[in-house]
Amino acid sequence: MAIVDFKFNGESVSADVPDNTLLVDFIRETLGKTGTHVGCDTSQCGACVIHLNGVSIKSCTMLAVMANGQEITSIEGIAGGKRMHPMQEAFHENHGLQCGFCTPGMIMSAIELVSNKPNLTEQEIREGLEGNLCRCTGYHNIIQSVQSAARAMRED
Amino acid sequence: MYQTNYIRASSTNDAIAKLGDDGKLIAGGMTLLPIMKQRLARPKMLVDLADCGLAGIEDLGDTIKIGSMTTHVDVETSQIVANGIPALATLAAKIGDRQVRNRGTIGGSIANNDPSACYPSAVLALRATIHTSNRDIVADDFFMGMFETSLEDNEIITAISFPKPTAAAYAKFPNPASRFAMVGVFVAKSETVRVAVTGAGEDGVFRHEALEIALTDLFAPDAVESIIISSDELINDIHAPRDYRAHLIKEMTKRAVTACNQSQFVS
Ligand SMILES: Cc1cc2nc3c(=O)[nH]c(=O)nc-3n(C[C@H](O)[C@H](O)[C@H](O)COP(=O)(O)OP(=O)(O)OC[C@H]3O[C@@H](n4cnc5c(N)ncnc54)[C@H](O)[C@@H]3O)c2cc1C
Ligand code: FES
Ligand code: FES
Repeated sequence: MAIVDFKFNGESVSADVPDNTLLVDFIRETLGKTGTHVGCDTSQCGACVIHLNGVSIKSCTMLAVMANGQEITSIEGIAGGKRMHPMQEAFHENHGLQCGFCTPGMIMSAIELVSNKPNLTEQEIREGLEGNLCRCTGYHNIIQSVQSAARAMRED
Repeated sequence: MYQTNYIRASSTNDAIAKLGDDGKLIAGGMTLLPIMKQRLARPKMLVDLADCGLAGIEDLGDTIKIGSMTTHVDVETSQIVANGIPALATLAAKIGDRQVRNRGTIGGSIANNDPSACYPSAVLALRATIHTSNRDIVADDFFMGMFETSLEDNEIITAISFPKPTAAAYAKFPNPASRFAMVGVFVAKSETVRVAVTGAGEDGVFRHEALEIALTDLFAPDAVESIIISSDELINDIHAPRDYRAHLIKEMTKRAVTACNQSQFVS
C-alpha cells in the first residue's frame, strides 16, 4: 500500500491505495470524479487526459503514487465557478461532441495545445490532438471548437 | 495489473541498491505500464528514476549530451538540439502524441529497443555513446536485436552523447494507428555517411551498408536509385509485407537525403 497525497483541482487529497493503482482509477474510484474516462488499455485513445502540473498526460499510464506531491487538474477543475472554461464553452457552442465520451480528454489536451501556441493552424490542431481519438469521428466540429476557443482565449 | 511495489530512488546508486533481483526501472512508464496493464510483465518492484537528476540537455561543443530522463518534449523544444542536431528535434516531435512525449524519455526508449521505435535509429546513425552506471557503450555495440540491448541486469543508462554531424535527417513512414515507425530511416553525414533503419528489421534497428557506401560516394537521392534493398529478414506483418518495407527503406532514405540537402545542414 502507498499513501497518495497531492493537490487535486486545487484541494489537497490523500488516501492509502495499493501501489499498482492507476492514476485514472484513483481519480474515478477513490476521488469519485468520473469526468476522466477510460477508453482503451493501450494508452492510445486519450479519453483519460488530465493535467499534471499544467502539462497534459494520460492518467491511465501513470500510477497514482507517481503523482505524489504534484498538482493534478481534471475536467471538473477547469471551470471558474459557474462559468465554463472557454474551451468547454466552445465545444458547447460548436457542437464539438456527439456521444461525449472523448470530450473531457479532448478538452484537456486542447487547453494545453492552445496555451502553448495561441495562433494554431488547422493542421497544427489536428496534429496536436493526435493522442485523442473520437470514436464518433466528429473531428470536424472538434477542430472548429478548438479554433473558436483559441480566439476566445486570445481575447481573454 | 498484477500486484507490485513502487519506490523512488534518490540517485543511480540508490536505484541499483533498490532494484534487487526482481525490480524494474521505471522512467516515463509509457512502455512499461501498458505492458504491465496487459499482464505481459510482472515486476515485483518498480524503481522510479524521476528524482535521480538524470534529465537535462548539455551542449559540449562537438557533442550534445542528453540525460536519460529527458522527455521527448524537452528534446523537441530544446534550443541546443535545434541548433546542433535539428534532425533529433524533428524525430522527437514525431514520436507518438503530445501526451506520450510529455512523459516518455530517451533513456526508456533506448533501453527498451522496440524494433519500431524512433530513437534507436538516431543513436546508431549518429554513432552516439550510451553512458551507463558502469561504463560507456558505443551505439554499434548497444543494440542486440529486437528488445535486446547489451545492458546488463540492473545497469542504468544515465545519458547519451550525440556527436554533431554536418547534416542529418530522419524520415519516418508512421503506422497510422500507433504512430510508431513502419519504416524510419535516419541519415547522418560526417566524413562518411551512416544510414540506420528502424521499424523494418526482424532484429531491430540496423545499418544499411550498401546505402552508406553509395551515399558516401555521392550524397544525393539519385545515388541510391540503383541499390537493391533485400527484403530478407525484414518484418512481415498485417501492417506491411516485407517487400513493401524494402521499398519504403529506399523511399525514406531518399526523403532523408533530400531533407539533409535542403535544410538540415548545420555548420
Ligand atoms: C501511444 C504510444 C505511441 C508511441 N509512439 C512512439 C513512436 O512513434 N516512436 C517511438 O519511438 N516510441 C513511441 N512510443 C514509445 C515511447 O516513446 C516511450 O516513451 C518509450 O519507448 C519508453 O520510454 P519511457 O520513458 O516511457 O520508459 P518506461 O516505459 O518507463 O521504460 C521502458 C523500459 O526501459 C527501461 N528503462 C527505462 N529507463 C531506463 C534507464 N535509464 N536505464 C535502463 N533502463 C531503463 C525500463 O525498465 C523498461 O524496461 C509510443 C508509446 C505510446 C504509448
Ligand atoms: S484510457 Fe486510452 S489513453 Fe488512457
Ligand atoms: S464524441 Fe463520441 S467518442 Fe468523440
